[in-house]
Amino acid sequence: MLLKININQTMKKYIQKAVARRDLLKGGATLATGTIAGWLGGTRKAWAASHSDEQSMQPKMQHDHSGMITVGDVDSSFNGFDPSELLTDWDSGVVTTNAQGETIRTFKITAEDREIEIAPGVTFPAWTYNGRVPGPTLRATEGDILRIVFNNHGSHPHSLHFHGIHGASMDGMAGSGLIDPGDEFTYEFKARPFGCHLYHCHAFPLRAHMHKGMYGAFIIDPDPSKHPEHEDVAKSRLRGSPENTNWQELVMVMNGFDTNFDGENEFYAVNTVAHHYMKHPIRIERDRPVRIYLINATEFDPINSFHLHANFFDYYDHGTTLTPTLKTVDTIMQCQAQRGILEFSFKDFETGKYMFHAHQSEFTELGWIANFDVVEGGI
Amino acid sequence: MNNRSLILPLLAPLLLLGLAFGWLLQSNTLNIFDSSAPPAEELTFETVYLDADGIHMKMRAGGSEPMVIAQIQVDSAYWKFTQTPAGPIPRMSSAWVNIPFPWVRDDAIALTVVTNSGTTFEHEIEVATPVRGGLSGSLRAQTLLGAYVGILPVLIGLMFFPLLRRLAGPGMQFVLSITLGMLVFLLIDLIGEAIEAAHESAAAFQGTTMVLIVAGAVFLVLIGIGRRHGTPSGLALATYIALGIGLHNLGEGLAIGAAQATGAAGLGAFLIIGFTLHNVTEGIAIAAPLVRTKPTLLIFAALAILAGAPAIIGIWLGAQAVAPQWTTLAFAVGAGAILQVLFEVAAYIMRQRSDDKGGTDWAIIAGILVGLIVMYVTGLAIKV
Repeated sequence: MLLKININQTMKKYIQKAVARRDLLKGGATLATGTIAGWLGGTRKAWAASHSDEQSMQPKMQHDHSGMITVGDVDSSFNGFDPSELLTDWDSGVVTTNAQGETIRTFKITAEDREIEIAPGVTFPAWTYNGRVPGPTLRATEGDILRIVFNNHGSHPHSLHFHGIHGASMDGMAGSGLIDPGDEFTYEFKARPFGCHLYHCHAFPLRAHMHKGMYGAFIIDPDPSKHPEHEDVAKSRLRGSPENTNWQELVMVMNGFDTNFDGENEFYAVNTVAHHYMKHPIRIERDRPVRIYLINATEFDPINSFHLHANFFDYYDHGTTLTPTLKTVDTIMQCQAQRGILEFSFKDFETGKYMFHAHQSEFTELGWIANFDVVEGGI
Repeated sequence: MNNRSLILPLLAPLLLLGLAFGWLLQSNTLNIFDSSAPPAEELTFETVYLDADGIHMKMRAGGSEPMVIAQIQVDSAYWKFTQTPAGPIPRMSSAWVNIPFPWVRDDAIALTVVTNSGTTFEHEIEVATPVRGGLSGSLRAQTLLGAYVGILPVLIGLMFFPLLRRLAGPGMQFVLSITLGMLVFLLIDLIGEAIEAAHESAAAFQGTTMVLIVAGAVFLVLIGIGRRHGTPSGLALATYIALGIGLHNLGEGLAIGAAQATGAAGLGAFLIIGFTLHNVTEGIAIAAPLVRTKPTLLIFAALAILAGAPAIIGIWLGAQAVAPQWTTLAFAVGAGAILQVLFEVAAYIMRQRSDDKGGTDWAIIAGILVGLIVMYVTGLAIKV
């Protein structure tokens, strides 16, 4: 009877171990050595010693997670663009005025196939606007007449589809600006509504053309004269105005790259290069306010997000209002093609590194993580 | 025929071959195969182990061009790593990669290597368990375990010798046929293991072909050695059986050691008992051809060590996480050795039978079936 109980307890012990997915060999070896222990004496002790050796084998760097980053740095000269410069690289077009005194802005965009380095050592056969991903950041003022001269030097039909207000013939679909390789098309419409928008290729399959890199920011600043109730806010948004110059404005396009064709992104980033702003933190002068034009161009994942450390911001969804749509938040999410404006300040903060990243840990750990380097300065 | 008359017939085809290669390299005639498609990429995780410095893995390249490891994900997060030697890995060459990852004991770890083209290669550590460094500490335990599953059961099996001696005629045929059945089982098992290991090794090693070629070559060489003084019987046959089973036990040892090293599977008490039971039957197989001889105890001990001790070596090597192509090779050698023993035992049985009148010999058929079934049933406990 006693024997039976012992066996049951032993079995129970092993089953528990199996369930815990423990190193069962240890159990087996204990049994083996235990059985032979009578012959060799002290073997159990030897095993116990080796067992504690294994315990001490736990990695010593347990709390040092600083290694969680891509190795190396991307060659910006190979790419022809530097994510640090993309942040503030506004393309306001060539400005002329027509007989009615209206401002005409003419932009030139060329589609071209180009190999780009999206993470250190990893190249991606991209389809680009003007050789860069994201494409040029177009910036205009509400009411301007926009002419975008589009040339397709790529290997597939492409278009420019603007998220803005325009006629059917300017929509970037078949018959409205979707053009074959070698062709040219000029889109023309008025810049409206003011806000933070995007443009992208609308050739099908849409997913492939988006994910290959054919998207860019399209920012329309409000015309202060049309918004007397919030004239100051509108002025601060208007690029080049005295009220605007104090703002530190940055454009960030959240994107991802599926490099192995499995329908999931291997790399996530803002402005293409994974971990770029971890290795090259964005310099922020502490006493000047920050405005981010944030656009979600991530393919495959329905949602992306933005989380700011140690600070809160006001958020203007689509940027089409002059009062915040969300006040005092530190995390927002955007579905595909959603965008908005973030406004915040580090005034009175400690100087130092302030992190921001997607708050989907997966995206964070696959490259969408960045730092502001807040330094003394400003007013 | 003088030497000169041999030169021309030898040179002419070689010269033409040289010209053909020269033409291919010089001209662009065959450039239809040189498409702009990305080069075929192949990376194999040969050895992966964990220690206080994080994750270590030996990567072997098998692509059409040198492979470049650009980035590495651990559990879907990019981690810094170092590679030795650094730079692109030429075809068939290997490099060690170290990732200072703070792994957690008993967790599963997913490794993803991203090449310069963005192609990914994945490997899963099923249960994180430390290996090297801790190995010296557990060497004694491993030796004991190897002796327990290898030597001890063979010795126990050999203890059936006095019983086997009392058998005569059909009884002996029956016991020898059990041996035959067991060997058939071991051969199938070992070839299966070898091909499984072959699939894990780099494609360039042509694992499956290597298994069959090596097994065939070992079989031929052992047959040649075994028969240099006529067909083996008695002690000689028992020795070859012990050698074949020893090589099989080396494979079993590798599996146990690898299970410990990679944490791929646990070995509970039941598994140990299963191995032991399984190997007791192997002792009987070795004892069977000895019944008409008068072996000394020393001979029994030597046979038990020959058949059982390789399990110890196997566990040592397996725990060192040997690259899969070496495991494949070891299994293939074992398969060739088993095949030789199978051949000789069958020949031995047929010689014994040649005095009979022919017709169905139910003792042999029953023996083979019992051998197969016993191995299969005891095998149920040890398959992981």
